[in-house]
Amino acid sequence: MFVINCPYCGERDQSEFSCGGEAHIVRPKQPTELSDDEWAEYLFMRKNIKGVQFERWNHAHGCRKWFNMVRDTSNDKIHAVYKMGEKPPVI
Amino acid sequence: MTKYRINKTRFVDQTKTVSFTFDCKEYHGFKGDTLASALLSNGIHLVGRSFKYHRPRGIMSCGSEEPNAICQINADTNLTEPNVRATEVELYEGLRASSQNCWPSLNFDIGGINNLISPFIPAGFYYKTFMWPKSFWKKIYEPLIRLSAGLGKSPSQPDPDIYDHKHEHCDVLIIGGGISGIISAKIAAKNNLKTILIEDKNILGGSTIYQNNKNFIIDNKKSNEWLMNEISELEKLDNLIIKTRTSLAAFHSYNYLLAKENISDHLPLDKKNGDIRQRLWKIRADKVIVAAGAIERPLIFNNNDRPGIMLANSVKRYLDFYGVSTGLNNIIFTNNDSAYETAVSLFEKGISVKIIDIRKKSSSNIVKNAEDLGIRIYWNSTVVNTFGYKKIKSIEIMNLSEDGSNVTGNKHKIQCDCLSISGGWTPMVHMHTQSGGKLDFREIDQVFVPSEKSENHINVGSCNGDFELEEIVKNTNNKVKKFLNISKSGFDKISVLCSKELEKKNIWLLPNTISESKTKSFIDFQNDSTAKDIKLALREGFKSIEHVKRYTTTGMATDQGKLSNMHALGIIADTAGVKMGTLGTTTFRPPFTPLTFGAIVGRSVGKFFDVVRKTSIHEWHVQNNAKFENVGQWKRPWYYPINNENLHEAVQRESKTARDSAGILDASTLGKIDIQGSDASEFLNRVYTNAWSKLGIGKCRYGLMLNEDGMVYDDGVTTRLGENHYLMTTTTGGAANVLSKLEDYLQTEWPELDVYLTSVTDHYSTASICGPNSKKILKKLFPNKDFSDEAFPHMSYQDAIIDKIECRIMRISFTGELSYEINIESKYGKSLWENCIKAGEEYKITPYGTETMHLLRAEKGFIIVGQDTDGTMTPIDLQMDWIVSKKKYDFIGKRSLYRSDTIREDRKQLVGLLTDDPNEILEEGAQIVSELDKKPVEMIGHVTSSYFSPNLNKSIALAVVKGGKKMKGQKLFVPMENKNINVTVSDFIFLDKENKRINA
Repeated sequence: MFVINCPYCGERDQSEFSCGGEAHIVRPKQPTELSDDEWAEYLFMRKNIKGVQFERWNHAHGCRKWFNMVRDTSNDKIHAVYKMGEKPPVI
Repeated sequence: MTKYRINKTRFVDQTKTVSFTFDCKEYHGFKGDTLASALLSNGIHLVGRSFKYHRPRGIMSCGSEEPNAICQINADTNLTEPNVRATEVELYEGLRASSQNCWPSLNFDIGGINNLISPFIPAGFYYKTFMWPKSFWKKIYEPLIRLSAGLGKSPSQPDPDIYDHKHEHCDVLIIGGGISGIISAKIAAKNNLKTILIEDKNILGGSTIYQNNKNFIIDNKKSNEWLMNEISELEKLDNLIIKTRTSLAAFHSYNYLLAKENISDHLPLDKKNGDIRQRLWKIRADKVIVAAGAIERPLIFNNNDRPGIMLANSVKRYLDFYGVSTGLNNIIFTNNDSAYETAVSLFEKGISVKIIDIRKKSSSNIVKNAEDLGIRIYWNSTVVNTFGYKKIKSIEIMNLSEDGSNVTGNKHKIQCDCLSISGGWTPMVHMHTQSGGKLDFREIDQVFVPSEKSENHINVGSCNGDFELEEIVKNTNNKVKKFLNISKSGFDKISVLCSKELEKKNIWLLPNTISESKTKSFIDFQNDSTAKDIKLALREGFKSIEHVKRYTTTGMATDQGKLSNMHALGIIADTAGVKMGTLGTTTFRPPFTPLTFGAIVGRSVGKFFDVVRKTSIHEWHVQNNAKFENVGQWKRPWYYPINNENLHEAVQRESKTARDSAGILDASTLGKIDIQGSDASEFLNRVYTNAWSKLGIGKCRYGLMLNEDGMVYDDGVTTRLGENHYLMTTTTGGAANVLSKLEDYLQTEWPELDVYLTSVTDHYSTASICGPNSKKILKKLFPNKDFSDEAFPHMSYQDAIIDKIECRIMRISFTGELSYEINIESKYGKSLWENCIKAGEEYKITPYGTETMHLLRAEKGFIIVGQDTDGTMTPIDLQMDWIVSKKKYDFIGKRSLYRSDTIREDRKQLVGLLTDDPNEILEEGAQIVSELDKKPVEMIGHVTSSYFSPNLNKSIALAVVKGGKKMKGQKLFVPMENKNINVTVSDFIFLDKENKRINA
């Protein structure tokens, strides 16, 4: 169980958080203009990387804020935590 | 003293006798004994039968690695615990232990026949044999396997003990209280670091604490004396917590560790006093120092499992720690120097001892010491067989060939009553690998050692592969200083003298004159897997260690292969002709030793198992005989039986009364979300399928929420309280998820929207009154209010006051009846409810529960999300096209409604079903077919809701059926176990399709 440095609350146990999957997948502004394939790309396709991955996390049992996190899925090392809307760091 | 208690030690108090029973016979030991040492002091080696062959087995070790001596404690009580290692149980007055896996008795075990038929039950026997004939499976094979499966008996009553959890934080956690752990603890604690030292035994000191051999000297003292002094200094340090009887269970990432402390297991029954039995420590440590030690390896030779065959260092511990000799005529069989310490100790206590060594020579001090004492050593020899059924009596030895691959010369028989074996040492790398650490293979002594990479933990002492005292002391000091960033310690100038092992030799499977297919050379003692089984697995094509392990079950018993895994690997490597280091190891998973379920769940039992949510009206429901059902964490009234009504009778009465006169439902559990902000209307437009901008203030609207994949997620009525203020209701079970989903969109996709969400589920209680007389009841409750359809139309809300308390009245309906919901601050919920009941008395108002609610809404064809939908239903599938806005440019899930898959016409669609026999009630979940003769039978749908409607006087059901929209009037079948029920597809609105009743 890892420790996450919530950008609003500070370090907390992982059990307070929930993971929302891959980050930086923007909901298309004009879904109606998309083909089935393009929409499916947004809806279903996720990278699921073994290694450094950009993820969305929610401090569900805390401030309820969503934020982004860069985590190495092979060893759970957290490289960066940053707020929604902030630019992803270069890792 | 008994014949075998030959020595007085400071660790066992021989003035305090403790009586206990083993297999119902009474014995005596002393305070400080373990069950194992006490049994051995009474000359008892035979303590159990092996799992598969039921061979007699004896105590083999003195710690958590014990494979054989597993006992049932306090059998036939609700305190009983199976599979307890006798080597770890501290003796207490009144302890009752019994052997396992034998019937009728340990001495005469019918299962022993398995030993005779063992050539017919090799590894994989189960997989090969129980395949055929098929008909044998249910009646013969399965009962047979169940009969022989499992070790010990689980208690049949709830566990009466209390267990505890404790969270702890520290700078340094040290795992293991042996010499390296003690050195580490002292360095850490002396440098003002909050330090915790855990040790699974009841006394610190590991194996050094009883090491009084003159070849091991620290600062001019015998190593045990030096260490005792260190321990007494350690106990004075303030910032050090020492936890004995505490074993590490798991080492998770980010230095999160679980350790189990035994608090009252070792106390006599009358002193346990209902105290906490075990405590699970949840420790978050900044730095972790693993000083877990090493486990001695057995040697693998024919019949190496007889009672009386023990690990050499354990024999030394029984002798020097407990004062118990495990035999009076000992033979030591070794491939390394450490067993010579045992030999010297035995000799010095006047016990006969001989040594068999597979090496050609050894020139270390300890070996010279043994030779000087005149102990007979058979060099370059191996044991080829052992004799004695329930206790070892003699062995046969032979010389090894030049390269050690074969035996030569004549067999030589030697008598003995104890054979101490030592195959070298295996570092306990479990914790290191659990934390994610990797291992390196060290060729010279064939061990896996930690390859250090973590910044947050290190391994010191023999778990790091340092086996010699000088290495242990000096390396520990240096590593810990570096790890904790400390420049000086009290151990910098320490002098250590020790015997050093110069000659090393290891043979994983010792050679014999007969082929291994005819021998029983045990590798995994608890699961009875032999060298033969491993070779068979390799011959049958298993190559990966993980596969061989599962096929042969090596390392899969309760000891998790602490003694067996390395030999299995070695034999695979030798047989396959590959280097052992390239094979890798099997995965070491937590817990290191078995944990009790009690320790895992702690206090979260009984009423603390989960949160129970009750509405403010709950007490009234209880007083009025409600039966409750769990909806998520909520307790909701299910039905209110009068006299001896059953569920069916009560529901029939409640639903009839609700439609004929009036009914009242506690709807407080529905999720309520307060939505405010200048973009609230736009927000609702985006999250619901229908349009919201034009909803007038004071009006209510039903909304359907989808997932982005177009599937129905939740539904409920939302009321516009003001220009920028809405109150959304959700399903009872979905409330938390809906809020979280809405927050997600607000924060991540639409941060530009000015909207604020607040959960107000617990803030308001809701009484929902329905039925043709509901308006009259409301008039009585609110005499000044105009309830005419013009002043207070359907789907609108008004503020009101009752007993000087403000409340909101919504005229909305989930039953199809004229219906009002009154929301009031929760603390007034019960008084509101009682007022409603009182006002409704003259109309025979009936409280009704969830079951009647379900029936009433089903009559009207209203869906319940989660019952009639299952995450694969679109609004189109539900025939709710009317609620999906065509005009809105976008809403969550819109694009998915015309994906190629969602526009298929043969999707499962919501329909009504009527049984040909109106009294036949379908089972919810029952499958639906259109052709009975077709093979295989094609399931085209299933029943989602089914009731007998007293208002229609027939059974009704909702179902989802492939292409159901176009099947109205079609005959289908619901096949049940004993009959096929004929049904007809109907409209799913069974009652009042014209909506006359809501305006009645």
